[in-house]
Formats: sequence, structure tokens, C-alpha cells
Amino acid sequence: MTDKTTGSHIAGTEDTAPGGEHPLVELRSAGKSYGNIRALHGVDLTVHPGKVTCVLGDNGAGKSTLIKIISGLHQHTEGEFLVDGAPVRFSTPREALDKGIATVYQDLAVVPLMPVWRNFFLGSEMTKGPWPLRRLDIERMKKTADEELRNMGIVLDDLEQPIGTLSGGQRQCVAIARAVYFGARVLILDEPTAALGVKQSGVVLKYIAMARDRGLGVIFITHNPHHAYMVGDHFSVLRLGTLELSAARSEVGLEELTNHMAGGAELAALKHELAQVGGVDTEELPEEGDLRAPAAATPEGKS
Amino acid sequence: MSMAQQAEPAVNTPPAPGPQQTDGRTARRPLPLRLLARPEVGVFLGAVAVVVFFLFAAPPVRDGSSMANILYQSSVIGIMALPVALLMIGGEFDLSAGVAVVASALTASMLSYQLTLNVWMGVIVALAVSLGIGAFNGWMLVRTGLPSFLVTLGTFLILQGVNLAVTKLVTGNVATDSIGDMDGFDQAKAIFASSFEVAGVQVKITVVWWLVFAALATWVLLRTKYGNWVFAVGGNKDSARAVGVPVTFTKISLFMLVGFGAWFVGMHNLFSFNTVQSGEGVGQELIYIAAAVIGGCLLTGGAGSAIGPVFGAFMFGMVQQGIVYAGWNPDWFKAFLGVMLLGAVLINLWVQRTATRR
Repeated sequence: MTDKTTGSHIAGTEDTAPGGEHPLVELRSAGKSYGNIRALHGVDLTVHPGKVTCVLGDNGAGKSTLIKIISGLHQHTEGEFLVDGAPVRFSTPREALDKGIATVYQDLAVVPLMPVWRNFFLGSEMTKGPWPLRRLDIERMKKTADEELRNMGIVLDDLEQPIGTLSGGQRQCVAIARAVYFGARVLILDEPTAALGVKQSGVVLKYIAMARDRGLGVIFITHNPHHAYMVGDHFSVLRLGTLELSAARSEVGLEELTNHMAGGAELAALKHELAQVGGVDTEELPEEGDLRAPAAATPEGKS
Repeated sequence: MSMAQQAEPAVNTPPAPGPQQTDGRTARRPLPLRLLARPEVGVFLGAVAVVVFFLFAAPPVRDGSSMANILYQSSVIGIMALPVALLMIGGEFDLSAGVAVVASALTASMLSYQLTLNVWMGVIVALAVSLGIGAFNGWMLVRTGLPSFLVTLGTFLILQGVNLAVTKLVTGNVATDSIGDMDGFDQAKAIFASSFEVAGVQVKITVVWWLVFAALATWVLLRTKYGNWVFAVGGNKDSARAVGVPVTFTKISLFMLVGFGAWFVGMHNLFSFNTVQSGEGVGQELIYIAAAVIGGCLLTGGAGSAIGPVFGAFMFGMVQQGIVYAGWNPDWFKAFLGVMLLGAVLINLWVQRTATRR
């Protein structure tokens, strides 16, 4: 909503922090091994305020491991993880929250049987009164939850209804509104549109844009390049635990992004095979050269 | 690289709707239906039905002293059913709750008698032991991630064995010696096992404690942070942890709360009968769990109340004594228990389905 965040969109800002400040969150060739399984390796990622960083990848590409490191559920085993320029190593999600990193999980964002307002404040309840009588400030919590939800454009008839009765999109929105309210500076969204219909996905994308305009740094995990391209400022494509593509919006188009997501060079090889089988129109498919263009700056830059 | 590239993301901020707007898709169901969907209302109606039934079937029940006796029986179950219910809302249950009562009473009794201490010493040590048993259950559960059924089944068997073996070892008998003439006994009895007179009827003090604890538990559950956490760890442990609820603390403290309840009932038993039978308590844990479930607590956690188990325990006390006053064979009690339990579980299931239906 401020000119500062939306007006300063210049290509290349994602590598040099604006105003000489540190990025909110930065990964430097970070990786994670579970025993002898290397789930993630050599990943660079930066998150700036008022920008949406999209992380794309197929199932098993390492997206979940990446967000688990940033949100404090797991620790990285190689490389560096910096918040505001200082190296960190979170041992609980609480520590990440205290640094302003909030995660909206795909399925474990809420407690279904609890009322909307209790879910909104869960873990950070408002209280009043001295200790032995310290109690929940229910009036204030309900009022605040209602205001915050309306600010995000979500209108609910009854905040007492169990959150499990809301639709998937509404639940996502409540979780996003909650993170924004609790002063999140970095919002991690784990496939928020994965299980949603077209219209509901649009609603969730609007809230992502809204969070961005409020000056939050957003990490948007998805495997839908169309959704990513609607709101993204920077795109990182993960493949088999390494970074396949890391490009600013000005360096990559939707079509190219889609190709990378779809397997890039593998598709080009598949095109040749299909051409030999015959009966398949391969004219529309991209050439291998198109797919390599700005490609990955990773050490393993395999495509 | 031939396509036109957008310099700005395409999606813009949505306009905020006016304050009075509602989405109008959720019709409110009529009040009676919404009330009936609350499990504690269901069990309240059940308790009323049982009272009315026995008022007709067993005329002695109409007497004030019979009612006081029924309330007393209910309170002894009810005091334990409360922490068991909180634990169940928190997603766990405790099979060792029945024998833990006896373990606590044995500790206090034998320690005071054998070392000839003031009974208060024994009472305090017993509290520490009870809280320790609870903490052990909780700690094991959190550390190993095993289901509470297995962990507390282990504790149940250990305590059952230790209760008998240690008592035989120390006293050479299955019961402890009477501590009725020891220092501090009268004071402790006044707190744990005295009676007072209301309108010519002797009422046991445990009835008062039961209602005080129930009020306290209701307040904690609905009006404090801790209560919020209890619902959350039972409803969805992973979500709760992810939003910063201290799951380990909540689970362990709930088990310790059951330890506290076991200590309190153990002290009541000790100071009303002066001695403790070391083999008792087996099977009681299921009565407590049944009272909590009949009171509308979800066995899988995340839903329930503290007032529901009060009515649940009252139904137990009413039926147990009502059958006696009616002159029937007391064996019918267990059959009745089973029917009540099944009925309550079916109602709970229905409530959960309606509550989460889209």
C-alpha cells in the first residue's frame, strides 16, 4: 500500500539489499541431510521486505525441507542461514516466530475443533489481570480478530464457529491474517493454493499481494507457475534438492518458468522421442536452447 | 525469450469490504438444536432422567441423607474424573489413575507409621510421589512418542505390583496399620474426610471440594491461556506446536494434574478409613475414563468440558446407590455403565460430525 514497497520494483534488487540493509532472510548455499540422504544442497535464497519470493518445484524437490529450515522445525546441516544479516539456528518454531518469521502450513495451520477467534490467537493469547487471576481477554480478542479479518477482506458471520467448518480458502486466509497481525516480517506460505479451486486460489493470491503491500517479505511455495507468476518478484526452482533456476521477474517469463517447472531439458529430450513416434505435434514445444537461457547459477547447474 | 514480460505482478490489493457486511451463507440453527449439540447439555439431561427414574423406582432416594450419600459417592469418582477429563481433552488418557490413588495413600500411611512422623510429613511426601508418577508418565510419553495407552499401562502394572509387594514387605500384611492415633491425624481428617451438617443432613466435605475443583477447572479451561493450550494440544498437536504452544509442558502438566487428583482422593481414603488395602484401585481408572467420556469429552482429544464429567460422575453415583436403594442386585451397575458409555460415545461422534460438516 505504500509507494516505497511497490514503487521501487527494479530488476536486480534481489541480489543487493535496498538501502544497503540486510535482507530479512538469507540462505547461503544451505543444505540439509537426513542421515545419508541429502534432501537439500547448495541453495541460495534471499527475502526482502515488500517482495514475493516464489519457490517452485515438483514433489520431492526439497520445498518442504527448505521451509522447515526457515520456520525452525528442522536445522540446516550445511551452509549458512541468516536473519537480518546475523547467522541463526532455530531449535523450535517459537524462536522463528520471535524473529518475525511466520509459516502458514498447508494442512497444520489450525486446530479444526476450536473456534475461529481461539485459533487466531492460539499460542499468543491476550490476557488481563494479575497472575493468579490472569485470564483471557475474550472481548478484545474477538474484536481484534474480527477487525483483522475484515481488514484482509474476510467477513465471517460467527467467530465462535469451529474453524473446521470454514472452507479451505477461508482457513488459509485466516492463517495469513493471523500471521500478518502478529507482526510477521516474513510470511512463508506452503502451497496455499494446492487444494483450492480457481476462485479460491484467486482469493488467496489477493491476500498474498496484500501482505506484500504491507511490507512483508513473502516466501510463496507452490508447484503452480501460473500462480507464482501472478504475484512473484523472484523465482527459484528446486529440482532434486538443488537450485535449478534463480531469476528475477525481469529475467524470466511465464512460459520459461513453466518449462522449468515441467522438467525443462527433460521435456526437450522427450520432444525428440515424441517426434519419432509421430502423430504428436512438436512444433509448439520449446527447443532445448530456450530452456537454458538465464539458467541456474548453482554449482551443480544441471538441467 | 520471445514473450512479453510484465514488469509488475498482476494481482493487486482487494478492496476492504464495509464493516456491516456478512457473507450470509451460514444460517444459524435454532437455539434448542444448538444447545442439544453441546455434550454437557446432553449429559445434564441424562443425569436428570436418571434422578427422576430413581425417585420413582427407589422411594428411599427421596430422603435427604440418601441424596447426601449419593453425592458423596459421586464426589469420590468426580474429583478424579476432572483431571482425567482435562487430560483426555489434551489428547491422552491415564490407565494408572486408579492404582495411583492407592499408591499415594500407601506412601503417606506407611511413611508416617513406620518412621513415627507427623502424618503431614507423609501427606506431603505422598503429594511429591503422586506428582512424580504423573511427571514420569508425561515425560515417557513426550520422549518416546508412544501412545498413552502403552505408557500408562506400563505404569499401571508397575504400581499394582509395587503397591502389594512393598506393603507386604514393610507391614507383613496386605493392609497398612491404622494411623488413627498419630500426630496431625485429626487436622488432616478435617481437610480430607470430615462432614458438616446442612439442614439436619450430614454432608461429606469431598462434595464441596468436588464442586470447587470443577468450578476451578471450568475457569481454567475456558478463560485462561493454559486451557486454550489444553484444547489445542488435544485437537492438533502439530498445529499447536507450530504456532508456539508449549506442547511438552502442557502434556506433562496434565499428567501431573491427574497425579494431584490421585493424591487428593488417596488422602481422603486414608483419613476416612485409617488404613489402606494395597490391592484396591484396579478398575477404577476405567470408571474415571467412562465418567469423562459420558461427560462429553472426546476420547481422541480436542473437545470436552469440566462440567460434563461432573454430571457424568453424578450419574455413576446415582445409579450405583440407586440400585442399592431400590433393592436390586448391584451387579446391574456394570451393565448400566456399559450402556451409558456406548450411548455417550455415539452422541459424541454425532456431535463431532455435525460440528465439522461443511
